[in-house]
Amino acid sequence: MTDNLLEAIGLQKSFGALKVAQDVTLRLRPGERHALIGPNGAGKSTLLNCLVGKLIPDTGSVMFDGQSVLGRKPYEINQMGISRVFQTPEIFGDLSVQENMMIPCFAKRDGAFQMNALTAMSSQRDVIEKAEEMLVEMKLADKRHMHAASMSRGDKRRLEIAMCLSQDPRLLLLDEPTAGMARADTNNTIDLLKQIKDERDITIAIIEHDMHVVFSLAERITVLAQGTPLVEDTPDNIKGHPKVREAYLGESQDAA
Amino acid sequence: MEQFLASLAFIVLYGGTYGAVLFIISVGLVMTMGLMRVPNLAHGAFAALGGYLTILLMNQAGMHYFVAVPAAVILVAALGALAERAIYVRLYNIPELDQILLTVGIAFIFVGGLALTFGPNVFTIRLPEVLSGSVDLFGRSFPVYRVFLLAVGALIILGFWLVFDRTTLGAKLRAAVDNRSMAQATGINVERIVMLAFAAGTGLAALGGAIGAGLFPLEPLYPIKYLTIILIIVALSGFGNIKSSIVVAMVVGIADTAARYYLPELGGFAIYALVIAAVAMRPAGMFARQG
Amino acid sequence: MKITVSSTGLSALDRPRMPMIALVVFALALAVFFVFPDRLSLAAYIGIFALFALSLDLALGMAGIVTLGHAAFFGVGAYTAGWLALAGWQEPITGVVISGLCAAALAGALGPFILRLTGLPLVMVTLAVGVFLFEAANKLTWLTGGDDGLYGMTFSPVLGIFEWSIYGTTDYLYVLAWLALAFYGCHRLTTSNFGLALRGVRENRLRMSLLGSSVLAQLTLAYALSAFIAGVAGALLAQTSEFVGLEVLSVEKSIDVLVILVLGGVGHLYGALLGAPVYLLIKDMSKEWNPHAWMIIIGFMLVFVMLVARGGIHGVLHKVIERSRGKLPNGEPR
Repeated sequence: MTDNLLEAIGLQKSFGALKVAQDVTLRLRPGERHALIGPNGAGKSTLLNCLVGKLIPDTGSVMFDGQSVLGRKPYEINQMGISRVFQTPEIFGDLSVQENMMIPCFAKRDGAFQMNALTAMSSQRDVIEKAEEMLVEMKLADKRHMHAASMSRGDKRRLEIAMCLSQDPRLLLLDEPTAGMARADTNNTIDLLKQIKDERDITIAIIEHDMHVVFSLAERITVLAQGTPLVEDTPDNIKGHPKVREAYLGESQDAA
Repeated sequence: MEQFLASLAFIVLYGGTYGAVLFIISVGLVMTMGLMRVPNLAHGAFAALGGYLTILLMNQAGMHYFVAVPAAVILVAALGALAERAIYVRLYNIPELDQILLTVGIAFIFVGGLALTFGPNVFTIRLPEVLSGSVDLFGRSFPVYRVFLLAVGALIILGFWLVFDRTTLGAKLRAAVDNRSMAQATGINVERIVMLAFAAGTGLAALGGAIGAGLFPLEPLYPIKYLTIILIIVALSGFGNIKSSIVVAMVVGIADTAARYYLPELGGFAIYALVIAAVAMRPAGMFARQG
Repeated sequence: MKITVSSTGLSALDRPRMPMIALVVFALALAVFFVFPDRLSLAAYIGIFALFALSLDLALGMAGIVTLGHAAFFGVGAYTAGWLALAGWQEPITGVVISGLCAAALAGALGPFILRLTGLPLVMVTLAVGVFLFEAANKLTWLTGGDDGLYGMTFSPVLGIFEWSIYGTTDYLYVLAWLALAFYGCHRLTTSNFGLALRGVRENRLRMSLLGSSVLAQLTLAYALSAFIAGVAGALLAQTSEFVGLEVLSVEKSIDVLVILVLGGVGHLYGALLGAPVYLLIKDMSKEWNPHAWMIIIGFMLVFVMLVARGGIHGVLHKVIERSRGKLPNGEPR
C-alpha cells in the first residue's frame, strides 16, 4: 500500500521508431493540484492517454489507489474514479446542454450500460435534479436548452468540466484547459479549478503550457522533456531549477 | 498435366483481363479516395458514360472504334474536371454520410439519364475487325479482344509508373495523397493536383467502361450494378494506394475466374468470402484507420 | 463521425408524448384504406418500407451507425419467414417475431466486430457483409431457391380470423399494425435513458466511454434492435407477397432504404414514415413511363436535400410549422 493516489511507473510507448514516452514516472498525492509541464512532444498527452485507457503503454505500470489500471477498458477506468478533460472540449455537440449534463449522471447512477430502454427519461427526477444542480453550480443553468455546439469555447470547457465533476471523480485530468482562451476566460477557469478543489475531495492533474496558469494553480509540478521526466518538485523550487530553465522555460520564452 | 497447364493459361488470361478492367475502372477511385477522402459512389457512372459515349460517337458521328474510345475518354475526363470544380469540391469537408448520399444522388441521376437517353436495354459496342478474331496461345485459342485488354492494362500500369516515379507532377501527386496539408504547406498547388487526379481517374474509368463493355455490359443500371466490386477493390487496396490496387484487382480477377472454373457451384461467392476473411483478419492493414 | 440529424431543436425531455405528425400520418394511412381500396397492395409495400426505414433510423439516426448493408437483416427476416411457412409453421405473427429474432441474432453476432469501426471502413465492411450474404443466398439454391426465389408458401389467417385476400385488405391493416407498434416502441426508446445514451454515442464515442459507458455494448444492442425491426419488415414482405426473391438481400435495397430515410429526414422517426410513400410513389408512378427514369427524380431530390433542404421532408415540414407559429427555435441544431 502506498500513500500516492496514482502511481505511473516506467511507462514506455513508441509508435514504430518514434518513442513518445520513455520511462515516464508520475506520482500524484491524494488531494493535490499537480501540473505536468514540458515542451511539445515531451509525452504529456501520451501519458494522459495511458492513464485513461485510450493508449496501452508498451511497458510500465499504472496503479490507482492500489489497483492496476492497465488492461482495463476506458469505461472501467472511469468507474474507478478517473475523469478526463480534453484540450478541445469533448462534448455532445448536437444535444442540448441539459442532455449533455444528464448523460454522465445516468452513467454514474446506472453503471456502464443503460439498458432500461423503456423508462422514460422525463420520469428520472433524480438525474434531472442532479444535472440541474451541476448546471446551477457551474453557472450554465440559463443555457440549459442551448445546443451545446453553439456555445462559446469557454462555456464548452465549463460544461465538459461540469460533466466530469457530476460523477464525483477522485482524480480529474485536464489537458491544456485554457488553450486558445482569452485572458479573462483563462482566469475564470483558474478560479473555477481552485474552487472545485476547495469544495471537493478531489485530486487534479493538469497539463499546461501557460506558466501563469501553472504557477497560480499547482502545488507540485512534474517537468517532462523528450519523453522522460526531468524533475518533480514544488513550484518555487521548479522556478529556480537550472535544468528546467534550460529544457523548458528557455523554450517557452522563445515561444512567447 | 497438359490440360492443367491449358486451364491455368485460361484462368490467368481470362482472370487477368477481368482484373485489368477492374483495375482501370477502380484506380481512379483509389486515387481520389486517398486524395480527398470522398467515397465517390458515382464513380461507376463515369465508367458507364465512357461506354455510352463511345457508342454515340461510333454510331452518330461515324467514328472508328480506336478514335471513338480516346475521344470518349477525353470528354469524360473533361466532364470529371468540371464536376470536381463544380460539385465535388463542396464535399471535402462534410460528414461521410452526406458524401455518400450526394454521390448516390449523382449516380441515380446518371442512371435515370442513361435510361431516358438510351433506353433500358443492354447495349453492345461493335468491336473493330482487328479485335474480333482469336489467336492461339499455350495450345488454346483466345479472343484477340482479351489480349487487347491485357495490353491496355499493362500500358496503363506502365503509364502510372512513368508518371509517378519519373515526373515532378507524380512526385507532387504522391505527396498530396500521402499528406495533403503537408503538401500544401510546401507550396504544392493541391487544388490543381486534385482536379487533375479526378479528371484522370474519371477518364480511366471511362476507358474501362468503353473497352471493358464486353465484360461489363452497358446498361442504365451499370453505375449501381458494378459499384460493389469497385468499392471492394478500393477497400482492399487501402485508400490512395495505387500499387496495391494493381495487385488487388489482379488477385480478385484471377481468384474469381479460378473459383468459377474449378468450383462452379461456389462461383462469385468465393470472392466475397475472400474479401470478408481479408477484412476480418486485417482491418487495420486494409483501411486507413481503425476505430 | 457526424450525422446530420433533422433535429427539432427541442430536447427529448420536452416532447415525451406521441407527436402530432405521427398521429396525422397514421390517420392518413387509415384513410388510404377507404379511399384507395384497389391500391392496398402497393400501400402495404410502402408500409413495409417505412418499417424498414424506421429500423435504419434506429441504427443510423439514433446511434450513428452508417451502414450500406442493412438489407442483410431485411433479407434474413424475409427468408426466415419463408422457410418457416414452407416447413409448415404458417402462423404469421409468431413467424414475424421469429424472423425478427433471427435478424437480431445476426446483428448481435456481427456487432462486436464491425461496430468498432467508424466512418468509411464501417461503410465498406457493412457493404461487404451485405454482398457476402447476397452471394451466399445466390449460390445456396437448395436453401434459397437462388434466382427463382422461395414460393408456394401459404399463411394461416391473422389471429385465426382475418383471411388473406387478393385485394390486400388484410395485408395492409396487418402491416399498418406492425408499423404502428414498432413506431410506438421506437418512440419509447428515443425518449428513454437508453435513447439518450445512444444519441451520446452518436455524438461522441470517446466522451461516452470516458464517462463510464460501454459504447460497444450499447451500439451492439442498438444494432440488434434495429435488425429486429428490419427482420420484421422483411418477414412482412414475405408474408404479404407469399414470395421471397434474392433482391431482398441486394445492395440496391440497402441504398433504397438509406435514400428513403434521408429524403424523409434522419434521426426523428417520422422521416421513415414520410420518405417511404414519397420514394415509392414516385418510383411506382414513373415506372410505366420508363423503368429507370424515376431514379433521375430521386437523384435530384437527394442532391437538393443534401445541399439545400437539410433534414429532409421532416426538417422542411418542421420549419414550415414553426414559421407559421411565428417562432423559430433559438440556436437550432443543423
